[in-house]
Amino acid sequence: MIRSFFSRAVSTLLLFAGAAVILLPFVWMLSLAFKPRDEIFSSRVQLLPSRLEWNNFVVALTETDVPLFLWNGFVVVGGILAFQILFAVPCSYALAQRRFRGRTFVFGLVLAALLVPFHVTAIPIFLGFAKAGILNSYGALILPFVPTAFGIFLFRQFFSQLPPDLFDAARVDGLSETAIVWRIAFPLALPAATAFAIFSITAHWNDLFWPLIATTDPHLATPPRGILYFRDQESGDDVGPLMAAALIITAPLVIAFLLAQRKFTQGLAAGGLKG
Amino acid sequence: MRRLSIARREALTDLWLAGPATTVMLLFVFVPVVIVAVLSFTDYQFGAGSFAWIGLDNYARLFGSTLGQRAIANTLTYVAIVIPLSVGFGLAVALGLHRMMAWAPWLSHTLRTIYFLPVAATLVAMSVAWQMVLHPSLGVVNQTLASLGGTPQDWLSDRGLVLYTLAAIGIWQTVGYNMVLFLAGLVAIPPELYDAADVDGAGHGWSRFSTVTWPMLGPTTLFVLVVTATNAFRVFETVATLTRGGPAFASDTLVYALYREGFVYFKAGYASAITMVFFAFLLVLTLAQFRIVEKRVHYR
Amino acid sequence: MTRSPVLELRGLSRRFGQTAVLDDIDITVPEGSFTALLGASGCGKSTTLRIMAGLDRPTSGRVLLHGEDVAGKTAHERNVAMVFQSYALYPHLTVFQNMALPLTMRHLSSLGRMPLVGRLVPGSRVARNLIEKKVSEAADVLGLTDLLDRKPSSLSGGQKQRVALGRAMVRDPVLFLLDEPLSNLDARLRVKMRAELVALHRRTGKAFVYVTHDQSEAMAMADQIVVMIGGKVAQSGAPRDLYGRPASMGVATFIGHNAINLFLPDDGLHGLHPAADRAVIGLRPEHLSPAANGALEARLETAEYLGSEIILGLRCESGTEIRAIASGDYPIPAPGSAIRLGFEPGQLHLFDRQSGKRIEVTS
Repeated sequence: MIRSFFSRAVSTLLLFAGAAVILLPFVWMLSLAFKPRDEIFSSRVQLLPSRLEWNNFVVALTETDVPLFLWNGFVVVGGILAFQILFAVPCSYALAQRRFRGRTFVFGLVLAALLVPFHVTAIPIFLGFAKAGILNSYGALILPFVPTAFGIFLFRQFFSQLPPDLFDAARVDGLSETAIVWRIAFPLALPAATAFAIFSITAHWNDLFWPLIATTDPHLATPPRGILYFRDQESGDDVGPLMAAALIITAPLVIAFLLAQRKFTQGLAAGGLKG
Repeated sequence: MRRLSIARREALTDLWLAGPATTVMLLFVFVPVVIVAVLSFTDYQFGAGSFAWIGLDNYARLFGSTLGQRAIANTLTYVAIVIPLSVGFGLAVALGLHRMMAWAPWLSHTLRTIYFLPVAATLVAMSVAWQMVLHPSLGVVNQTLASLGGTPQDWLSDRGLVLYTLAAIGIWQTVGYNMVLFLAGLVAIPPELYDAADVDGAGHGWSRFSTVTWPMLGPTTLFVLVVTATNAFRVFETVATLTRGGPAFASDTLVYALYREGFVYFKAGYASAITMVFFAFLLVLTLAQFRIVEKRVHYR
Repeated sequence: MTRSPVLELRGLSRRFGQTAVLDDIDITVPEGSFTALLGASGCGKSTTLRIMAGLDRPTSGRVLLHGEDVAGKTAHERNVAMVFQSYALYPHLTVFQNMALPLTMRHLSSLGRMPLVGRLVPGSRVARNLIEKKVSEAADVLGLTDLLDRKPSSLSGGQKQRVALGRAMVRDPVLFLLDEPLSNLDARLRVKMRAELVALHRRTGKAFVYVTHDQSEAMAMADQIVVMIGGKVAQSGAPRDLYGRPASMGVATFIGHNAINLFLPDDGLHGLHPAADRAVIGLRPEHLSPAANGALEARLETAEYLGSEIILGLRCESGTEIRAIASGDYPIPAPGSAIRLGFEPGQLHLFDRQSGKRIEVTS
């Protein structure tokens, strides 16, 4: 009894210590974002601000391009997700519920494409976009991610578990195959779609690699790219607004995660299949 | 309008459904892979009008130069640090939280949320926050060290330290992810097994872990190991945000080198060779991952 | 019967790779008939139904709907309705939406089907009202009115079945195709739904094609039964014909509540009939009963008392097991005792030993 209490106490203590380390950058970010300037630049250890300084947020939101970065983030992430679903869902449906010549070949392509990390394709895509003159555009940020082998794979797994009768019934009811995809298959696949959406949104909201390559125009910067522009400009004396900006940029996903933890964890864990 | 035969209509339907996705996949995945493989044997530079075939020179340069060797060595060191610690901590936290579920579910749940937070947060923004945490004079780490009488360190600009600092941030970011996978594995262990272990006198502490928990977590652990490895190999965001491979290439990694050579110095040929080497590493890991996933399914 | 045919299958074959699933099938479905496709699993009856629906294509042969070749028409263009074994209700739609979907597809343009914009499309109001009227009529007939807002997952098996029927009914199809629609229901509900289906058939006056492996279902409901064995039509006709004059040994074993007794020539039945030496004799248990001066002798092995009747399991001298039926008040002798059994010669069926085909007895 005493032994188990003791071991409980130790493990709880360790878990709290670990959690403190995990929270450290979050707390420091919050703290700096709300600290008045003089407290930021004091060398005394002071974890929390003495009073809340909202001006850092005002500066970040009005005097910098942070709102623009957020908007770019929404456009790019939304665009990527919309196109991914538009392309992947019909293909997955055909792979799961139709018999056609080349089906095995297409599915083989999907499995092979799962093996290719995006970094590998960056150079040729950059070359192609440069030739086509579409670097520095929303299109350049969205297009390379439209093919999603992972999405096709995920949806196909889901669709192949649905009874074929359901689709035959829809055919008898007069739905075209396209209508079946969007009126029957897709609504039924909403759980899979949610998991995929969470995975896709997190991955592309947080991506730095491609935006760093494909755009040089600060007006097209996605949130991670944008915050680097901001940091590189401020040269060390606007720490408060910089932290406020970092906070603003992280907030959407963190809040979404806190609101829908189970879905988030599932979605991101499913992404592990892709690696 | 002439009606098409049923077979023709069906074929067109299949093309309409599967064609677009297949086309973009070919266009943005397979064609680029072929091009990058071809480019790796040339001296092509972005914007140049022509190029020459130089055989394996790019690869020779990558493996032969100190810079190339350093990028590879740094990546492997980073991976070698992150894998055991991230997986180990992930397992430890999962075990602790799983046990806590029995007597304080609410607390366990809250802690799980906290540990998972870095996975959902934007890594670049969090790196900027880390930069301030580790700031030589204004950072909380050095301030605390100083107040405790320790020596403040240049965490991100000390050649000997920087890679370990990045690895620590890498661990910080991935522990929560591994924890979630381990928790799922723990929940899936049938409680009867613990009862059986109890009856056999192996119901407590270490013997309980070694006879039931660890063997049952085997497949999960393999999976977690490979996922952690593939993610560690791709380390880029923290490097690009915090060190740009510096100081003096002390934190240069494969993906950062590929970015720098390809898109800062525009040496497409050389960058393609780096890409291919990176690809080869990942391919081996991902194929291993596929086999493990397959096995996991078979065990069920 | 001189009713004009709704649907005809002519010389129909279907192959999957090398295996022939259907081999030269001819089936005629008369207007207003209730046709049962009866057979064991894997006999090709479901494939036949799918070809009728237009969900599958024959490898060769023709499908005629009202005399017109419909090879190039989809299921919807044929205007047939189909009820699936698994009901195949759309899980994400309410009962109303499930039933309305076929009408929506027909009466509303693709723009008119859009969730909000659709209401603005001219004519869509009229169509929507029409759909609502038809669905509520069908719901009324099937007793679904109170369930219209529910999702399929909250319905019982019988209710799901009714919704599936309702979805078929609402659009006035030329033909109803039903694929083992009762096999997922429990025994009591199945009997109840049989009656409902027959009533529905009368009410609509449309032809029904009903696939089943359960001969009693086919006998109870159909006015025409098509027995399929091994991808071929073994016999088709009215239930009475199939029972009374089975065209082959296969049909004879399939039809009838009690499995028919088959006697080989060396079972000691020769002399019963001139042709018995070269044929297999079939005799149904219900036509074989204890009789003091019966022509056949066998030893009693088991007796199942069912109240109104007793099913006797016996063994002939040759070792062949047979079954006979005695009336409920028959005193059961001790097991092992020899019993004499009698029958009407007219109830004997003769089948060719090699081909299994019926041999007509002219007496």
